Amino acid sequence: MEFDNSQLMTMLPEIVMLTGALLVLLVDLMVRDSDRMWPYALTLGTLLAAFAAAVSVGGGSSEIILGGNYVRDAMGDSLKGALLLIAIPLFIYAREGLRKMDEWRTEYLTLGLFSILGMMIMISANGFIALYLGLELLTLSLYALVAYCRDSSKGAEAAMKYFVLGALASGLLLYGISMIYGATGKIDFPGIMQQIAADNTGDNTIFVFGMVFVVIGIAFKFGAVPFHMWMPDVYQGSSTPVTLLIGSLPKIAAVAIALRVLAGAMESLHQDWYMMLVILAILSMALGNIVAIAQQNIKRMLAYSTISHVGFIFLGILSGTDEGYRAAMFYAVVYALMAVGAFGILIALDRKGVVVDQLHQLKGLNDRHPWLALTMLLIMFSMAGVPPTVGFWAKLFVLEAVVSIDMWWLAVIAVFFSIIGAFYYIRVVKFMYFDKPIDDEPVVVGGAAQTMLAVNGLAVLLFGLFPVLVFGLMKL
Amino acid sequence: MIALSDYLIVGAILFSLSVVGIFINRKSVIVLLMCIELMLLAVNINFVAFSAYLNDMTGQVFVFFILTVAAAEAAIGLAILVVLFRNRRTINVQDLDLLKG
Repeated sequence: MEFDNSQLMTMLPEIVMLTGALLVLLVDLMVRDSDRMWPYALTLGTLLAAFAAAVSVGGGSSEIILGGNYVRDAMGDSLKGALLLIAIPLFIYAREGLRKMDEWRTEYLTLGLFSILGMMIMISANGFIALYLGLELLTLSLYALVAYCRDSSKGAEAAMKYFVLGALASGLLLYGISMIYGATGKIDFPGIMQQIAADNTGDNTIFVFGMVFVVIGIAFKFGAVPFHMWMPDVYQGSSTPVTLLIGSLPKIAAVAIALRVLAGAMESLHQDWYMMLVILAILSMALGNIVAIAQQNIKRMLAYSTISHVGFIFLGILSGTDEGYRAAMFYAVVYALMAVGAFGILIALDRKGVVVDQLHQLKGLNDRHPWLALTMLLIMFSMAGVPPTVGFWAKLFVLEAVVSIDMWWLAVIAVFFSIIGAFYYIRVVKFMYFDKPIDDEPVVVGGAAQTMLAVNGLAVLLFGLFPVLVFGLMKL
Repeated sequence: MIALSDYLIVGAILFSLSVVGIFINRKSVIVLLMCIELMLLAVNINFVAFSAYLNDMTGQVFVFFILTVAAAEAAIGLAILVVLFRNRRTINVQDLDLLKG
């Protein structure tokens, strides 16, 4: 195996991200200002530069480099581009929120950039080693971020729970990988695929045993029922800017690894894994939508809403068709866009010393700040799947994928639970528009965050009117 | 001669012990951290056994990566433990009950 420097050009986006993250660390040491303008500008610059790099090296046929560990292909290009673009409003909202909490430090930026780098490595992984390292880079950064507010008792508890269950998930995933390695002798996805095809003994017990563990590990990272117990606690326990990061972008990376492992390496075993995903999807949609109704804490409610969305993403993956995979990617990207907006609005409503995380705090928002109320309305309708917002198309495409493989009953179940789910989304709208405000303090939002929120809400509407703008970019 | 299956059985026993330890442990968070380490080591036994059996180096390379990540993970876990103890003055698993619903 020879090493060719020119190969490194292919992974330019990751190199840019790594350099940027390290520069942010250094600049914070050199420049001493309380506003942290330089590290912040550098963070946004890094994201834009990485996006430009991803566009410039993207396109064309897929390339496999670094001894088969890294792949750049159409799927990776589209998911990475979406990831980096959605990360920009994320950091703008996070700055707004952290400044209101007097917790505006560079650690958030560095850890955030490293976690995004981890997600990019997961997206481009072509073997289990790269997948595992990317996953750990992501989750280790997130563990530290959950405990970001050092004096928060809830934050520390949430971090501990997240850490233990996350490490358990990594362990299960690794155990499955070791079984797959034992059965095939390969650790890269194309190699595993060839070994499965070449194996004609008909006995693949060890392999399927490993596959079950891998699916459980992936379901843990997704937060699918019955492996969801960490999600509500982590969403509620961490500060809103951190929940903003945990609740949005990692879903894109999770879809990428699910597609690489299940649809890539184990495609010929579709019959063996799709039933597991059916069970996970039904349980997630049922429990997520029903339990969310009972929540008073809005972050907890959004956590259960995430669980139900994960069920929908699984619908696309389990269909096993190219259209289904594209629908799952589309759903994850749209979900990330909506989640960033929803948590961004909670951040915008925060004041010094007042954290908005209870549903009743949203009452009468329309009287206090009509723009924010309108944005929240668009995002809630989109999460519920009301046309003409983009969430409607996301749900429609995954349902189409399920119907195309003649699983009508599953589509009916999905629609049934999404109708139940519409209740708690629309309840938020009712609180904002038809109830009296319980406090009349003016809402203070920074200019950048306010503009970005408006753009975010309008994007949900615009992509809903022209879904092809996003769906056309989701290529396999 | 020790067969491949013997190594796998040891790995499976260690792995089950650690998973059971995580779920039934009601005392100290430190025990949870030890269980997590044990789980990763059980996986390592599997990898090394398969690697020797298949005469393929990849498995052993993976073990090095797992060991490195496990060290980083332990560092972060202990750091979170320190934060937890500073805020709560306890590391009892049963006292971690602020978040419910």
